[in-house]
Amino acid sequence: MTAPTADKPGHGAYSGGDNYLSHRRGVASWLFTLDHKRIGLMYLVSIVVAVILGGLMAMVIRLQLISPGPGVLEAVARQLPGATADTAKDLYNQTFTLHGAVMIFLFVIPGIPAAFGNFVLPIMLGAKDVAFPRLNLFSLWLYWAGTIFFLVVLVTKRLDTGWTLYAPYSTETTTAVIPAAVGAFILGFSSIFTGVNFIATIHMMRPPGMTWFRMPLFLWALYATAIIQVLATPVLGITLILLAVERLLHIGIFDPALGGQPILFQHFFWFYSHPAVYIMILPAMGVMSELVSVFSRKHIFGYRFIAYSSIAIALFGFLVWGHHMFTSGQSALASMIFSALTFSVSIPSAIKVFNWLATMYRGSIWLATPMCYALFFIYLFGIGGLTGLFLGALSTDVVLHDTYFVVAHFHYTMMGGVLIAFLGALHYWWPKMTGRMYSEFWGRLAALVVFVGFNLTFFPQFIAGTRGMLRRVYTYPETYHTEQWLSSWGAFLLAVGLVTVVVYLLASLLKGRRAPANPWGGATLEWQCASPPPHDNFATQPAVGDPYDLQQVVYDPESEGYVQKT
Amino acid sequence: MLPASLPPVSALSAAGLWAQGDGPFWLPPPDSTTAETVDGLMYFLLYVSLFFFALIVGLMLLFVILYRRRPGHKQRPAPKSSLALELTWTLIPLVIVVIIFYWGFTGYMEMRLPPREHYEIEVVGRQWSWLFKYGNGHIDSDLHVPVDRPVQLLMRSEDVIHSLWIPDFRVKMDLVPGRYTKTWFKATKPGMHALFCAEYCGTRHGDMTAAVIVHEPGQFEVWLEDAARAAADMTPAQRGEYLYNRLGCFGCHSLDGTARTGPSLRGIFGQTHRFTDGSEATVDENYIRQSILDPSAKVREGFRDQMNSYQGQVSDEDIAAIIALIKSLE
Repeated sequence: MTAPTADKPGHGAYSGGDNYLSHRRGVASWLFTLDHKRIGLMYLVSIVVAVILGGLMAMVIRLQLISPGPGVLEAVARQLPGATADTAKDLYNQTFTLHGAVMIFLFVIPGIPAAFGNFVLPIMLGAKDVAFPRLNLFSLWLYWAGTIFFLVVLVTKRLDTGWTLYAPYSTETTTAVIPAAVGAFILGFSSIFTGVNFIATIHMMRPPGMTWFRMPLFLWALYATAIIQVLATPVLGITLILLAVERLLHIGIFDPALGGQPILFQHFFWFYSHPAVYIMILPAMGVMSELVSVFSRKHIFGYRFIAYSSIAIALFGFLVWGHHMFTSGQSALASMIFSALTFSVSIPSAIKVFNWLATMYRGSIWLATPMCYALFFIYLFGIGGLTGLFLGALSTDVVLHDTYFVVAHFHYTMMGGVLIAFLGALHYWWPKMTGRMYSEFWGRLAALVVFVGFNLTFFPQFIAGTRGMLRRVYTYPETYHTEQWLSSWGAFLLAVGLVTVVVYLLASLLKGRRAPANPWGGATLEWQCASPPPHDNFATQPAVGDPYDLQQVVYDPESEGYVQKT
Repeated sequence: MLPASLPPVSALSAAGLWAQGDGPFWLPPPDSTTAETVDGLMYFLLYVSLFFFALIVGLMLLFVILYRRRPGHKQRPAPKSSLALELTWTLIPLVIVVIIFYWGFTGYMEMRLPPREHYEIEVVGRQWSWLFKYGNGHIDSDLHVPVDRPVQLLMRSEDVIHSLWIPDFRVKMDLVPGRYTKTWFKATKPGMHALFCAEYCGTRHGDMTAAVIVHEPGQFEVWLEDAARAAADMTPAQRGEYLYNRLGCFGCHSLDGTARTGPSLRGIFGQTHRFTDGSEATVDENYIRQSILDPSAKVREGFRDQMNSYQGQVSDEDIAAIIALIKSLE
C-alpha cells in the first residue's frame, strides 16, 4: 500500500492513504481480524444495537406507565391467542426483566472498555495491539454468542425474574432461566478475557518512559476495571451454573423446599453484581478525566489522587455487596458493617468530582460536544452519587428499598454516568475512529436534548419513590400520575435525542469534514497518529511525555487541528 | 370500627389506600414511632445533598462562565495538585458520612429490636396474598392492630421471597421461605393504611396488597373477639365466602366467572375439567378437597401449577364450607 505519510506522527492533516478501515477488505477480514481497532469498532456497533434493543423495551415500559389503569399491554394482550387475565402483567414483567438484562450485560458492563478501551488502549501505549490479539477476538465472538442466547430468550419463553434472578422465584418460574443464565455466563467470559488482556497489556507493553504515573488516567481506570472483571466475574459464572443445576437437578442449593438457602443466592449474586457497578462506572470516570483536562486545556488536577481513587473504588467495591440486602433478613451486624463500608466508597468518588472541578479552574473551557457531555456527567453523577447516601444509610434504605427512588438512583449513576460518558467518549474519539468530524451544532443540540430528556425521565421517579411508589409493578394509582406521565414524556424526548445522535454521526461518515489527527488538542498518544489510524498505529515508537501537558500541542489553523509544538 | 362480617378491605381495593396522599411532599404520612425517627435522617440527607449539589454544580457553572474559551482568553497557570485541598475534600465528606452512618445505624437497630412488651401477629406471605394469624386462631387477609402498642410481626413465606412494606409506618422486611423474619412497629393514631409486597414475586406481585387497620384504644380486642366468633353464626355457604376472603383465595380465583391466575369458582361444580396431564375429572366434593390440600395433583388445562397447599391452614369444616360456597355459585 502507499502513503507512508499516514504513519508520520504529529502532522495533523488527514492523509488519504492506508488506514485500519481500508487495510483489508471483505467480511472475513473483519470477522477474523486481530486488529484491536476493528474489534473495538465492531464492539461499538454491537453495543449500540444492544442499546437500541434495550431502549425499545424501555419505551414499552414507559408507554405502559404513561397513565394509570390497564395500559397498552392490556390492549396488546387481548390480541394474543390464549391470553388470560394475567397476560398483560406477564408481558410487563418480562419487558422490565429483559430491559434490565440487556442493558446491564450487553451495554453498561462491556460498553466503554470493550468499545473505546479496545480502540484506544494500545494506541495510548504507543503499541501495535493488545497483548493477546486472538483472545481479544475470541472475547468479541463470545459477546456475540451471549447476545444470541439473549435473543433466543427474547423470542422463546422470555424471562420474568427481574435481571437479579432471585431464587427461589428463578428456580420455579416457567420462563427461560437456563438460556438466559448460559448467555450471561458466556458474556462473563467475554468480560474476563477483555480484563485479562488489558491487565497484561498495561503491565507488559507500556513504552519506555511511560511509568505507571505517566499513564493516561483512562488507562488507570481500565486497569482498575480489569481487576474487578477478572476477580468478580467468575463468581457470577459459578452462581449461574448453580442456578441452572438447581433448576435441572433439584439439588437444594437455593430452593428452601429442597433444603437450600435463597439468601445465599443473593450473597453470590451481589458479590459479583455490586463490583460490576464499578466495572460500569470506573471506565466512565476515566473518560471524564481525559475530557475535562483536554477541553479545559489544563493539566489534570490531583493526578495521583484520581489514579489511587480508581484503585480504592475497585478494592472497596468488593466489600459492600450486602448493602443490597438490608431488608433481606441478614443479621443486623452484617448490615452495619456493609453500611459502613458502603460509605467508604463514596469518598474516592467525591475526590474525583472535586479534582475535575479543580482541573477546570483557570482553564480555557471549550464547550465542544464531548465537554458538554462531561459537564452533564458531573451534574447527573452528582445527583446519582448523593442519592446513594440515602440508600447507604441503614434506616432510610429500609424505607426506600424496592421503590422508584432506587430505580431513579441507579439510572442516574448507570445511565447518567455510563451512558453520558459513553456518548462523551463516542464524540471525543469519533474523529479518530472514523476520520470524520460530525456537526458540532447537532452534537451540542442533541446533547442538550438528551440531558433534558434524561432529567425529565428520572427525576420525577425520585419523588414517586419517596412518596411510596413500588418498583416492578405494571400499574399504579392516580396519586403518581404526574410523576409517571412526566417520566414517560421525558423518556420519549431522551429517545429523540439519542436517535438524533445516531443520525448525524452516520451522516458525518458520508459528508463530514476530514478529521485532523488531533482535533481537540489532546496530549495522549492516540492523537499523534493519523485519523483514522493506520493498521499498525505507529511506524516508529512515539515519544512519551506527560499525558496532560497540553501546552505541548498548539493549534494549527492550516489543518484545523492541533499539532505537537516543535 | 369495622364489623367482622364485611369483606376485607384488601378484597375491595387496597390499592385505593395508596391514594391517601395527605402526607408531606417527600414522604408518606408519618404514622408510627419508627417514622418519627427515620424522617429526621431523611430530611438531613436531603439538605446535605442539596448543599453539595449546589456546591458542585455552582462551581462548575462558575468556571464555565469565567473560563469559557473565547478570543483573547488563555488558560492561566494553576497548581497541578494540592495536598491541602485533597485532604479538605476527603476529610469533610468523611466526617459527614460518619454522622450519616451512625444516624442510620441507630435508626435501623430501633427497627430491628422490638420492646420487650409487644403483641405478636404471625404473617404468612404467598403468591399473591397475605394471611395474618392472631393468637386466638383468627386468620385475616388484612392486618388489624391496636394503636399505641408495639406489634411484632413474625413472618414466613410459603413460596418465593416477599417483602412486607407499610409505607406510612416506614416498615419493610423480607419474608424468606424456610425461615422466620421479624419486624415491629407502633402505630401512633387510628386509621387505615396500605400494605404492599415490596419484593418482586411474579405475575401478580403488584396485586399483593392488604389493608392495615389501626383500631381505636380498646377496640382491637373487641374486633378480634367478634371476628373469631362471626363465622359461627353463618350458613355453610356464607362461611365459605368468609373463608374465601380471609384466606386470600380472591388473589387468584374470582367468584364472577372471570379467569385470573386460577380458574373462577363460579359454576364449576359438576363440570368436567381437562387437566394439564391430559386426564379428566368431574368437579365434586373430593376433587375440591384435593385441590385445596394438594393443588398440584390436578392442574386445569390453561393454568399454571401455581397454588400452594392449604394443608394445615384449614380444617375439614372449613373445606366443607368452601365446598358449600362453590356449590352455591351457579
